Amino acid sequence: MTAMKTLRSRTVVLPSTNIDTDQIVPARFLTTTTREGLGRNLFADWRYDENGRPRPDFVLNQPAAQGCQVLVAGRNIGCGSSREHAPWALLDFGIRAVVSTEIADIFRNNSLKNGLLPVVVDTATHEWLLANPGAEVTIDLEACTLALPTGTTVKFPIDAFARYCLLNGVDELGYLLSKDAAISAYEQRRA
Amino acid sequence: MTAPKTLFEKVWDRHVVVPETTDTPAVLFIDLHLTHEVTSPQAFQQLRDRGLRLRRPDLTLATMDHSTPTRTEQVFGGAPIAIESAAKQIRQLERNCAEFGVELFGLRHESRGIVHIIGPELGLTQPGRTIVCGDSHTSTHGAFGALAFGIGSTEVGHVFATQCLLQRRAKTLAIEVANRLAPGVTAKDLILGIIGQIGVDGGTGHVIEYRGAAIRAMDMEERMTVCNMSIEAGARAGMIAPDETTYAYLADRPRAPQGAAWEQALARWRTLPTDDGARFDRTVDIDAAALEPMITYGTNPGMVVPISAHIPERGDDPVFAKSLAYMGFTAGEPIRDQPVNIVFLGSCTNGRLSDLRAAAQVLRGHKVARGVHLLVVPGSQQVRREAEREGLDRIFIEAGADWRESGCSMCLGMNGDIVPKGEYAVSTSNRNFEGRQGVGARTLLASPLTAAASAIRGRVTDPRDVLNG
Repeated sequence: MTAMKTLRSRTVVLPSTNIDTDQIVPARFLTTTTREGLGRNLFADWRYDENGRPRPDFVLNQPAAQGCQVLVAGRNIGCGSSREHAPWALLDFGIRAVVSTEIADIFRNNSLKNGLLPVVVDTATHEWLLANPGAEVTIDLEACTLALPTGTTVKFPIDAFARYCLLNGVDELGYLLSKDAAISAYEQRRA
Repeated sequence: MTAPKTLFEKVWDRHVVVPETTDTPAVLFIDLHLTHEVTSPQAFQQLRDRGLRLRRPDLTLATMDHSTPTRTEQVFGGAPIAIESAAKQIRQLERNCAEFGVELFGLRHESRGIVHIIGPELGLTQPGRTIVCGDSHTSTHGAFGALAFGIGSTEVGHVFATQCLLQRRAKTLAIEVANRLAPGVTAKDLILGIIGQIGVDGGTGHVIEYRGAAIRAMDMEERMTVCNMSIEAGARAGMIAPDETTYAYLADRPRAPQGAAWEQALARWRTLPTDDGARFDRTVDIDAAALEPMITYGTNPGMVVPISAHIPERGDDPVFAKSLAYMGFTAGEPIRDQPVNIVFLGSCTNGRLSDLRAAAQVLRGHKVARGVHLLVVPGSQQVRREAEREGLDRIFIEAGADWRESGCSMCLGMNGDIVPKGEYAVSTSNRNFEGRQGVGARTLLASPLTAAASAIRGRVTDPRDVLNG
């Protein structure tokens, strides 16, 4: 996992509410046995027509979206299936942070474990971001802030441990493995 | 005297290996890890990459369900599996289970089935257990008073390696369901009604406990249908306190405790229900008696109406308008009598024996309407055998249905069982998302009764109209 401290990027905006993980990666692409290469299937049914040609009106296909690392989405993005292929596809496409007023639980967890930062903001900030696609924002994970080009800076909540892992580019498994003695003791107590 | 606790708090407390602090989540022990071909390959690879063993193969069970074929000739007849990448994924699971010593119910195994159907069927799903699987419908197992939730592939790897997960304690939401469901109204209608009321994010951050007279009156298969769709309300898990119905279901199941161990387990299980005076973070009240058969009209499970109602109008809400355009529906028109092309009976939501019985009761002596394809996919090979023993397969086949081997099938269309573009499917599954059942597929979620009645008439039909002649 790549360490993340600050992220400065233009936004790409998908205003729909309840964007489910079946939209982020349709199920027919889940027969893969690796994490790699899912970016080409990101939002496949919104992005391509039935002949596999990119739809020019879809925001991720527009030149302005190229290089954007921050996805601003409507409320409750990531609902539905637990497929980790959703954050893998977003990361493979180049997205490093997802901003909304609400992010579904399993998707948020999966994102944190892969270095995709879930950023929950208040309604006013969200409305501004939806109304100003392409705005250049700065996300500071150390300070837990998102700064708008207007000069407004808002705090966002993030679990302290997940933040530590992201800032240092370490995954959680190492920590769990370090608790081996406590796990063994628990197993013996329960046996 | 200790403070009164909820069912969730009791199960949680008994599984904390290392308590949570401000800086670190709790280390939570997992009693049962169910796994399948789609979300495990990357997790097995994680073990290989780090040179780790799988800590507790004895608490791990694998099956294959998501990408498996349902055509008998592909399962048993030696015909090639139509989708090569699916066949590869199945072979990969076989290799991974052999390498790491995990028990696998492979493609031709008599106990194979949808992961959330076979856990309870075997008696592995037990009150008070923590159960996880790389699948969001793991919430199903909460019907037994287990704490059961879906995880991603990285967490699948964590459980493989340590039998534990890092977790923050969820908030609690009590859903009190008063009175009884009316005839023709099922557990599926209840959970759709609940999601319609609280919304697809109404349970986010919470573990739900379903309580009240309507829940107590339900059998285990109905309770599983309710808990299954907890994730469709955004909840991490859904739970129901164990009672005599739970114990009667589990007694003598092959992997349930036997003899003296059964008595000990029973004594432990009886301490699990929420104590009087325990506090929930939120409570929602539902009147079961007021519910009708429910059916979805849009592209998430919260877009649901009673079957006698009209599709609502939401002014100029662009997301709502886009959803109706996808479905080809007009705000204000009735949902009843909308044309139907496909009916899918199956899935971890409604693929159990009682679901097939309910549908067969409606279909007996009827034919599926001309032009309608009725696909019946039992949730497990055991459900399939039991249904055949009762002659349900004959009722389905004589009605004109397609009777298949078990699996997730058309719920998500990974195995090629798909709804063609633009066609309407009344499905007993759990998700009506755009493209869920195939690119451009239009899904209406409903109960097995409503699905069967709609198959006969070829349009959306209130099952009470058929049942009452």
